[in-house]
Amino acid sequence: MGKKTREDFPSKDGGKPSQEVPHVPIFIMGKRYEVPASLTIQKAFEYAGYQLIRGCGCRGGICGACGTVYRFPGSHKIEVGLACQTVVQPNMYLTMIPFFPANRATYDLEKLKPDLEALVKLYPDVMRCVQCNTCTKSCPMDIEVMDYMAAAMRGDLAKVAQLSFDCVMCGLCAARCPAEIAQYHIAILARRLYGKYIAPKSEHTEGMVKQIDEGKYQSMLEELMKTDEDQLKKLYNEREPEPEGAEEDWIPKDTRYL
Amino acid sequence: MAGYPPELKRLIRKVEETRAARVERKKRGEELPMLSLREREERLKFHPDYKEDSRREIRVGPSKGYAISPEIVDLLEARSRVDPDNIDLSEIGYETDVLVIGGGGAGTATALLSQEQGAKVIIATKLRHGDANTMMAEGGIQGATKGSKDSPYYHYLDVVGGGHFKNPPELVYTLVTEAPRVIAWLESMGMMFTKSEAGTLMTLHGGGTSRKRMHYAADITGAEIMRTLRDEARNRIDDIRVLEFSAAVELILNEHGHCAGAVFYNMETEEYFNVKAKAVVLATGGSGRLHIQGFMTTNHYGATGDGLILGYRAGVRLRFLHTVQYHPTGAVFPEQAEGLLITEKFRGAGANVLNIDGEQFVNEREPRDVEAASLIRECMVVGKGIPTPTGKVGVWLDSPMIDMLRGEGTVRREFPGKHILFRRYEIDIAKEPMLVYPTLHYQNGGLEFTPECETTVPGLFVAGEVTGGVHGENRLMGNSLLDVCVFGRIAGKNAAVYAKERAKEGKLSLEHVRKYNKEVEEAGIGSERVAPMLLPDYSNPEVRERQLTAHYVGTIR
Repeated sequence: MGKKTREDFPSKDGGKPSQEVPHVPIFIMGKRYEVPASLTIQKAFEYAGYQLIRGCGCRGGICGACGTVYRFPGSHKIEVGLACQTVVQPNMYLTMIPFFPANRATYDLEKLKPDLEALVKLYPDVMRCVQCNTCTKSCPMDIEVMDYMAAAMRGDLAKVAQLSFDCVMCGLCAARCPAEIAQYHIAILARRLYGKYIAPKSEHTEGMVKQIDEGKYQSMLEELMKTDEDQLKKLYNEREPEPEGAEEDWIPKDTRYL
Repeated sequence: MAGYPPELKRLIRKVEETRAARVERKKRGEELPMLSLREREERLKFHPDYKEDSRREIRVGPSKGYAISPEIVDLLEARSRVDPDNIDLSEIGYETDVLVIGGGGAGTATALLSQEQGAKVIIATKLRHGDANTMMAEGGIQGATKGSKDSPYYHYLDVVGGGHFKNPPELVYTLVTEAPRVIAWLESMGMMFTKSEAGTLMTLHGGGTSRKRMHYAADITGAEIMRTLRDEARNRIDDIRVLEFSAAVELILNEHGHCAGAVFYNMETEEYFNVKAKAVVLATGGSGRLHIQGFMTTNHYGATGDGLILGYRAGVRLRFLHTVQYHPTGAVFPEQAEGLLITEKFRGAGANVLNIDGEQFVNEREPRDVEAASLIRECMVVGKGIPTPTGKVGVWLDSPMIDMLRGEGTVRREFPGKHILFRRYEIDIAKEPMLVYPTLHYQNGGLEFTPECETTVPGLFVAGEVTGGVHGENRLMGNSLLDVCVFGRIAGKNAAVYAKERAKEGKLSLEHVRKYNKEVEEAGIGSERVAPMLLPDYSNPEVRERQLTAHYVGTIR
């Protein structure tokens, strides 16, 4: 690691703050730091001098490691965001909540039925939801958590799956729920039940696995594995590309290798 | 943040002016011609791999003399984090049948299959279970599942063509013949693939595919795979124990030279501890956070190539590490999103890549290395890139075309992750294009291994991005999620069988580490560096200067 200057920082992780960017005060767990106004909360932590071990994962808004709550002086509202996605604002009082305890049921998906009974048996808490909407307001992914909880109470697993699909399992909903429910665990159970039992099965995949197991492609693949580079290049160049706009029922002219 | 500034808005008008005609051409099936193999070779001269000083020979170890990225060589030529003499191997913190190092897609698939063979498993990972590049993969997973138009034969050809015909054939064979089984496996665990009402899995093209075989779950395919695998591992809690915030720093061998565990560092309490195992699987992923050639990266915080170092010190050779994959399209605007992956699926769905004049300069579906080289050439040589307010340069990715080609609402529905993300920056990617530039994405090569996931060290198995060979010199989109599942499953099964039938008890040893350190010393490499790195260095240099009593070992305080 060579010596770095302020100009370098934090260029490796996505561009230096432009020189003109003014600094703003933020309050990390109540303590004041001045940071460039263009930084995300995550980079602001690092700028302030933290080395992140908790509260940092993909740095791209999908892993759910950096759920963050903040509020502004004089405001009644608790706001939420992912630290890696939220740009700092002057005078925000913030803390990351990198972990929140929540109970998870264990189950054998093969033995479950995709219905309300399965959900309630594993997560009796479902029925404690009072539909207060705090969860939805706490979701950094803008998921309609309360609505999927309502669907869960009706046993409408398809709706739960659809509404909760973007969930990053950061746990902020569970952290704020007055009924002490772990919504995100219920959601993934619903999604898996939906994916396994309710969504129509892809017959074509099963068919292909069977054909491979029966050895249908064995000799042509063995042939390919022995082919020299020049011949491989020729075969590669002669591939018949499926047109971009082709419909599902498109069939190539050459069907010898299907 | 308020969307694009006026100067970029003005340039977007040029994109809009050419858009209708481009959409019409695409509807008629008129594509910008693909480059011939010869033209590709010419174009690749603009790829970062071809830059002078992009490679340096390794001076120690089993692949001594092999020239690869200097950033990786620096780590391979570094000392171990901890003096082997300070480690008491008689003190065993945990004991298990199969030890899996890495909690991403490959590691978790490994754990599931090992458990199914009756093994007790420990997954140890330096951050949280699931914090991995698998989680971040967006576009999809390849597999020839549609027998009416596709087969493993074509998948094979596409893979080796993408890999410059250098891939070991038996690895490609395994990848393409196991692919449909992996898709079926994921489906059986309740993964929510995007499907038609009849159950047909939706598939798209990716760069370098001859058939549409990219299966997906909206634009968060990797996250959906990862959370499904992780959820299943959590269901098997009696047999699969997860040690989080535990970073492997060395492999442990035994007196027979077999792998028999690893030394770990507790990232929070700073203790070292040993795990003894009958078989070990390295599934530590890639190395984007080494920021090779100073490139921004799409990779996870923990992608620092640790497994390469551990495996190499234990005697496993490296291959295909001389090429590095730059994803053609990483975001360069807004500043907060810089480096973020903009999935290839946008191009698979029809979005053109355009220069400052709103003109196409390359077909958007060339293999990744060719596409990336073309973007770099357009910006740096032709000079038709678009400058950003922070002094970067990029080209347009014309996402609004997708709604025009596939119907209003497609972008929102098929790319919810990116749609939400850009909406936060007040950019509607269904109406405005994105600014992109190549970004460090994938470690094409790694540790040498067989299709059975074995290495030259008995008892040491490997799977996923830490390995080298499957993708030759360049990986195609959708083959890494496939790779982690295919080879994770094989490693899991074989490690468990090895633990049961072949593992031989013996005195534990770190002699290989001592030997390696000595070799580094004798080569006259007076480096203060330590490896593995564990986490990248994003510390603020000004703060660091004032940390008068802080103690850093490598990048870690």
